[in-house]
Amino acid sequence: MAQGHFRVWRGNAEGGDLVDYDVEVNEGEVVLDVIHRLQATQAGDLAVRWNCKAGKCGSCSAEINGRPRLMCMTRMSVFAPGETVTVTPMRTFPVMKDLVTDVSYNYAKAQEVPAFAPPPGLAPGEYRMAQEDVARSQEFRKCIECFLCQNVCHVIRDHEENKQAYSGPRFLMRIAELDMHPLDSLDRKRSAQDDHGLGYCNITKCCTEVCPEGIKITDNGLIPLKERVVDRKFDPLGVLKQKLTRR
Amino acid sequence: MDQLEKHSYDVLIIGAGGSGLRAAIAAHEAGLRVAIICKSLFGKAHTVMAEGGVAAAMGNRNPHDNWRVHFRDTMRGGKFLNNWRMAELHAKESPDRVWELETYGALFDRTKDGKISQRNFGGHEYPRLAHVGDRTGLELIRTMQQKIVSLQQDDARRAGMPSGAHDGRLKVFAELTVTELLLTPSGAVSGAFGYWRETGRFVVFKAPAVIIATGGIGKSFKVTSNSWECTGDGMGLALRAGSTLLNMEFVQFHPTGMVWPPSVKGILVTEGVRGDGGVLRNSEGKRFMFDYVPDVFRAQYAETEDEADRWYDDPDHNKRTPDLLPRDEVARAINAEVKAGRGSPHGGVFLDIASRLPKDEILRRLPSMTHQFKELADVDITAEPMEVGPTCHYVMGGIEVDADTAAAARVPGLFSCGEAAGGMHGSNRLGGNSLSDLLVFGRRAGEGAAAYVKALQGSYPVVPQVQVNECMQTALAPLERADGESPYVVHQELQQVMNDLVGIIRRADEIQHALDVLEKLNERSRHLAASGPRDFNPGWHLALDLRNMLLIAECIARAALLREESRGGHTRDDYPAMSEEWRKVNLICSLSADGRSVEVVKQEMPPMRGDLMALFSVEELKKYFTPEELQHLPAEDRTDVERKVEVS
Amino acid sequence: MTRAASPSLTAGRATIPARTLRTDRWWQAPLITAVLLTLWVAYATVRVFTQRAYFVERYHYLSPFTSPCVTASCPSAARDLGTWLPHFPPFLPFGVLFLPFLLGFRVTCYYYRRAYYRAFWQSPPACAVAEPHGKYSGETRFPLIIQNLHRYFFGAAVLLSLVNTWDAIRAFQGKTGGIGLGLGTLIMVANVVLLWAYTVSCHSCRHIVGGRLRSFSRHPIRYRAWTFVSKLNAKHMQLAWTTLATLLITDGYIALVSAGVFGDLRIYN
Repeated sequence: MAQGHFRVWRGNAEGGDLVDYDVEVNEGEVVLDVIHRLQATQAGDLAVRWNCKAGKCGSCSAEINGRPRLMCMTRMSVFAPGETVTVTPMRTFPVMKDLVTDVSYNYAKAQEVPAFAPPPGLAPGEYRMAQEDVARSQEFRKCIECFLCQNVCHVIRDHEENKQAYSGPRFLMRIAELDMHPLDSLDRKRSAQDDHGLGYCNITKCCTEVCPEGIKITDNGLIPLKERVVDRKFDPLGVLKQKLTRR
Repeated sequence: MDQLEKHSYDVLIIGAGGSGLRAAIAAHEAGLRVAIICKSLFGKAHTVMAEGGVAAAMGNRNPHDNWRVHFRDTMRGGKFLNNWRMAELHAKESPDRVWELETYGALFDRTKDGKISQRNFGGHEYPRLAHVGDRTGLELIRTMQQKIVSLQQDDARRAGMPSGAHDGRLKVFAELTVTELLLTPSGAVSGAFGYWRETGRFVVFKAPAVIIATGGIGKSFKVTSNSWECTGDGMGLALRAGSTLLNMEFVQFHPTGMVWPPSVKGILVTEGVRGDGGVLRNSEGKRFMFDYVPDVFRAQYAETEDEADRWYDDPDHNKRTPDLLPRDEVARAINAEVKAGRGSPHGGVFLDIASRLPKDEILRRLPSMTHQFKELADVDITAEPMEVGPTCHYVMGGIEVDADTAAAARVPGLFSCGEAAGGMHGSNRLGGNSLSDLLVFGRRAGEGAAAYVKALQGSYPVVPQVQVNECMQTALAPLERADGESPYVVHQELQQVMNDLVGIIRRADEIQHALDVLEKLNERSRHLAASGPRDFNPGWHLALDLRNMLLIAECIARAALLREESRGGHTRDDYPAMSEEWRKVNLICSLSADGRSVEVVKQEMPPMRGDLMALFSVEELKKYFTPEELQHLPAEDRTDVERKVEVS
Repeated sequence: MTRAASPSLTAGRATIPARTLRTDRWWQAPLITAVLLTLWVAYATVRVFTQRAYFVERYHYLSPFTSPCVTASCPSAARDLGTWLPHFPPFLPFGVLFLPFLLGFRVTCYYYRRAYYRAFWQSPPACAVAEPHGKYSGETRFPLIIQNLHRYFFGAAVLLSLVNTWDAIRAFQGKTGGIGLGLGTLIMVANVVLLWAYTVSCHSCRHIVGGRLRSFSRHPIRYRAWTFVSKLNAKHMQLAWTTLATLLITDGYIALVSAGVFGDLRIYN
């Protein structure tokens, strides 16, 4: 048992500040354990979102010492003894209270991605797909929707005004997932660029860096999607081929 | 009193886990306006924690599999206490429900010929669990979440919107807690009352049908794999609305939860580890499960390590490893080993996959387990064994429902499905049967509610204002008390007493002691105080949830005291044997007249249909049924053709 | 550069005035990147414009910065592909013929984009550190929209890698004619092998060989090629830096041998 020094952002949309706490820390604990102890002992109304506490639901996203992370997967042992641990809400989204932010932007973007379009005439139970064909999309389906990638992406983190035009790594990856789905019957490339703002991504890879699931969002999702968009929109040969085959 | 937000829907679904979402899809497809209430964010429900897979007798890996075999396994797993009609529907319909998910966009792991791959699991005779690595629950919830969006997009198209989604007919209310059901004077459902977690503002839903899909009760126990949401809300709501709970004494302790470090104690280690070759060992390195095969299962499990090891590759000619006995058996065995001093350093036993599979294979098959142990416990499961022990995982009991329509007992307009509903799993649930349960009975609940609403032909009940006022007063009480009990303290004490006294092994005197403690906690819970404002105030939320947790804890304890036998998820030290007489008995829990306590009474179970009985051999039935129950069985029915095929 | 209003002061967000709360040395990586890239470009510019000591005729070591040599300004022995153009004026290095393609390949490379967007344009300098720009349109407009033509530069890079391969083969020339082997040969071979690895590991290449397919199972050979390229692709960043180093070493070694600072270390002939 040791004493830990925490600074937690307390406040709401009207304003707020970092508040200092000294709190007990035990062996093997994660940041979320300490936040819970704060709730139970010093700050009963400290707002924090969490569910599974096992890195599977993606609820407890926050910024710990400035880095976007899941509180339940950040062990206290990663900090030096005596180091102050600063916990703040995700910056990119409006704050509701303390560590809880309004992530409705993400749900709105999710609604704009056309759903999986099953092949016409294929009955349930008749789907046949090879493992190698589903593997790429399966990687993206590991996403737990913690929205840390959305939070860290500078396109919207630093430029609120881009939220309209840009869906963020999570949903561009969703489009890639569907475009690589072996049985999806839509072509999503043009819309990825025109409706979801893939062109805003400058592949600086922070989404991949913060992903708690270790999904290679940039290398396996966004860049391949960019290349697919090039086929449709930018590559003169690709565009020509498209025109010829459409006849 | 502040201004009330009001909504009106045809069907209100409380809970946005697997069963709630499946119910929503079904009710929407039936043409009704549906609201889904979600205690946390949309897509975060506890279903995401399910790892191993969804059980469905598709026969992709072993063509001998079919619904009859699945039905038999389910009944055996539940020690024949299951609602046999539910088990029958479940076994018959789960393949269709799984295939349906593929049309929503789910991507299961595949067999060589492109079908859905299926894996072995405890209690299942054949490889039966459709899976996606070890994150099947996540796939399920995400798939249905995306299906909901897809239905909203269809609605938008129908409404003439060029793109996007329209939620006028299917809306998700995220981070909203329901505190009470609203009823007509005659006792039928008329809606629900709740509050937005974010603002603390109250909401009234008017709806002639409510589906309770709120999941489990794990948060009443100290060591649990359940998240904060699993506070038994729906069961509390149903009880207070006049409905009944069934067989609440049956609580499943998953044999393999993490035991170290303390902060992660209870987090689940998927049964898939054992399905894929992992074995349990004690501190002496012995595979102790061979010593714990009960007589009723003797014929189906291997007696030597060699045979058990051969079974993974040649299941048709070898018997399966006892590491894959039903969960209750394994949990008790681990408990016994630890008690006998053969446990691991942190009070569990060892689960070893490292010495059984090559590193790459472990990484491929169990990626999230590898990740979980690496991140949370600094253990590399590809190189060293895990330490595991039992953790409160699932409640087999739940709201008493009609098998075909999912209608809850005694309250017209109330429905329930998923973990919140009882009966399907009997005294013990097989792994993988919960995800299929969600799908099968989620859909049935949606359709049942839709049929009920349509039969009303538009004459919807009204919501009485006086009830709403009462709800508000009850909800605000903890905030208005200047000083009172801390909800955190009461909650911790509740968890401790349930864990210690109504846990995996029970005794009459201990349960009685627990009931005494619960009564005191109940009294204290009337004086809970939560400081701070109404917006996103976790202390206040906990104070309100505690009401349900205490009520359910009492149901569990009372039922556990009454049932004087050991069966599945209910083990009585003082009554260690299974009793044929008790097999016929369901324990029904209802709210007492004064509303302050609960009552538990016995209720005879309807006899199993003859054609279902005939799926078992008389030898086997004799182990569970009384001679009177068996006397009507015609001798020849018992050896059906199918059994011969399997044995050969 | 206009300084943006602190993004955290955007309406509704938590009021955290600090640009970042990161406590680690987040500025280190972009700084190192900026320094190394600047040094490399400076070296390359000097070498290309001075046009000296790029060829060792005796062992046929031709610097990758000047290959292929197709103008009359080159020593005739270096003109393996023939003489396509007359003498260039001295201020115009003949590297301008092919270097733009090599440079273009690297400038539009998905890895280098990340590196210089972070290190030079500070967009963003590091994760969760605010960038100093008021507006941002990414790669949606000219000129950055040109990045989308990376695959054409990839095509050019493949051709140039073939030329480099030829140069490496030619570097097996012994001092008495026939076959020989020196340290220079080994350096050139190592360089060209790594150049190929870098080129083939390119994201566009990964797309072309198989990434664009919806079904792998119907194209087993392309699937295997894709799997191979994917493995290399995971090392694209490392290869990008390694090849910068090997290019520099190759050119530098040839320069020093050619200028007579030291002789080539001969292993055989």
